[in-house]
Amino acid sequence: MSTFLNRYKLHFVEVAVILLALLFLIPFYFVLVNSFKSMPELLKNTASIPEIWRLANYQRAWDILNLPLAITNSLIITIVSTVGLTTIASMCAYRMVRKPSKFNNIIFSLFVAAMVIPIQAIMLPLVKILNLVGIINSIPGLVISYIGLGIAFSTFLFHGFVKSIPYEIEESAIIDGCSPYRVYWSIVFPLLKPMTVTVVLLNTLWFWNEFLLAQLILLKPDLRTIQLAINSLFSEYTKQWDLALAALVMSITPAIVFFFFLQRHIIEGVTAGAVKG
Amino acid sequence: MHVGKDSKWMQQLVFIGPAVLIFSLVIIAPFLLGLYYSMTDWNGVSPNVNWVWFDNFKKIFMEDTDFASSFWFTTKITVTIVILTNLLGFFIAYMLVQKLKTRNMLRSIFFMPNVLGGLLLGFIWQFIFVRGFTTLGAYSDFFLFKLAWLGTEATAFWGLVIVSVWQGTGYVMVIYIAGLSNVPEDLKEAAYVDGAKRRQVLRHVILPMIMSSITVCLFWTINHTYKMYDLNYSLTNGGPFRSTESVSMNIFIEAFANNRYGLGTAKAFIFFVAVALITVVQVYLTKRREIRM
Repeated sequence: MSTFLNRYKLHFVEVAVILLALLFLIPFYFVLVNSFKSMPELLKNTASIPEIWRLANYQRAWDILNLPLAITNSLIITIVSTVGLTTIASMCAYRMVRKPSKFNNIIFSLFVAAMVIPIQAIMLPLVKILNLVGIINSIPGLVISYIGLGIAFSTFLFHGFVKSIPYEIEESAIIDGCSPYRVYWSIVFPLLKPMTVTVVLLNTLWFWNEFLLAQLILLKPDLRTIQLAINSLFSEYTKQWDLALAALVMSITPAIVFFFFLQRHIIEGVTAGAVKG
Repeated sequence: MHVGKDSKWMQQLVFIGPAVLIFSLVIIAPFLLGLYYSMTDWNGVSPNVNWVWFDNFKKIFMEDTDFASSFWFTTKITVTIVILTNLLGFFIAYMLVQKLKTRNMLRSIFFMPNVLGGLLLGFIWQFIFVRGFTTLGAYSDFFLFKLAWLGTEATAFWGLVIVSVWQGTGYVMVIYIAGLSNVPEDLKEAAYVDGAKRRQVLRHVILPMIMSSITVCLFWTINHTYKMYDLNYSLTNGGPFRSTESVSMNIFIEAFANNRYGLGTAKAFIFFVAVALITVVQVYLTKRREIRM
């Protein structure tokens, strides 16, 4: 007997898993087909294919959500936070591994300890501090908070990876008269690429979907991210499902497209991130 | 002292400085400030802050039934979701490491809900529970579709469980797939040659070999579910009758709706200690059972 199932059992398993996968997809089907229906049609039957694929809901939702603005805000916040976090964390981890001074070791232990602090334990005083510094209700305020919240875990991930890079490569560059910053930027950083991909993808998805802190920090309507825009639409237009579903479809599309283009890397990243963590 | 661009001090400042600065500003300072506020009666706005020692903690433990019930709710739902997510995730992973033709596509489909935020998923499922189920109920007459899912305490609980399991399964599945693919083929074969049944191989060969994946998945699901906020906020908004109010929501409401900022930070601190304890104990217990190769 082999460790794999025989052909008939295998077919049976395949059909069963495909059915389960279809079950997983049903919510997306409901949201998609109903987003094209008029309200009376939607109330009559939510399972049917729409009689006409009308775009009226999408036009209305686009205007009410102010989607170009929300997407721009979300993009700026996500990109700046991710780039900033990746740069700062990788530099910090590099230095900590190469120069394990007492101070650096203490900071590293603090980072590891801080990973268990839930966002809820610091969110209230954090708002006060951002207020004090004068960056509450601004995109830089949220970006700095995201970087701060992500720094411990990302540094931890890079820390493990830098250790696996042989020091000899850098040594020869230093002898050739390369400055420490050039050594890092042109030699070490490119070698970190597999871990950089993981860190970038994990954090991109997190920042794009984050709601709790955004809700606390960004109060001006013109700073709304996609999550905040959707939230305000749902509280203003309750029970207007035709409008709400079109808005939902438009909000989940960027994340789904992102996922399908990078799915292999995302899934590998999740595995790498989880096993290290 | 040499203080040029390449000096040791300058390097330390450039490489470590930004990380330490932001970490202090966003994590350390709020954490310490939170400890301070948790011993005051501050309302979050007014200039008078009175030091009350442990009054807030006493209040939380002795009088605040809402906090206790949100904690109990969060614990109950975490246990339920952790068990179901891991069982289903492992089951799917176990199927997908077989030589299925469609396995890569299936893996992507199961993972997909995970890339969407809890807020959007809550709104999506609100539609499914409220309108979608009405249609399905009219078609099939099946009693489950005729319930007012978000309207009663018991069903709202299970509604949240369904959405969370639907979202989290793909994540743990990916980790279990990685774990299962690392179990050496010859180890399983040897067991089969010795006459072991498929179930016995699973129990005595595969499970012990993937203990580290189990540690990771339990850690992630416990951590993730204990902190739940977005989904409760968008799917049930804590209702009906605050029965699905998670600890995070309770803290949020205490500080911003009830204007008891000091009390809110005290709750946040208790929450931190509880989550830290639970996850440390879990990691300790499951790590002990891991096999070192």
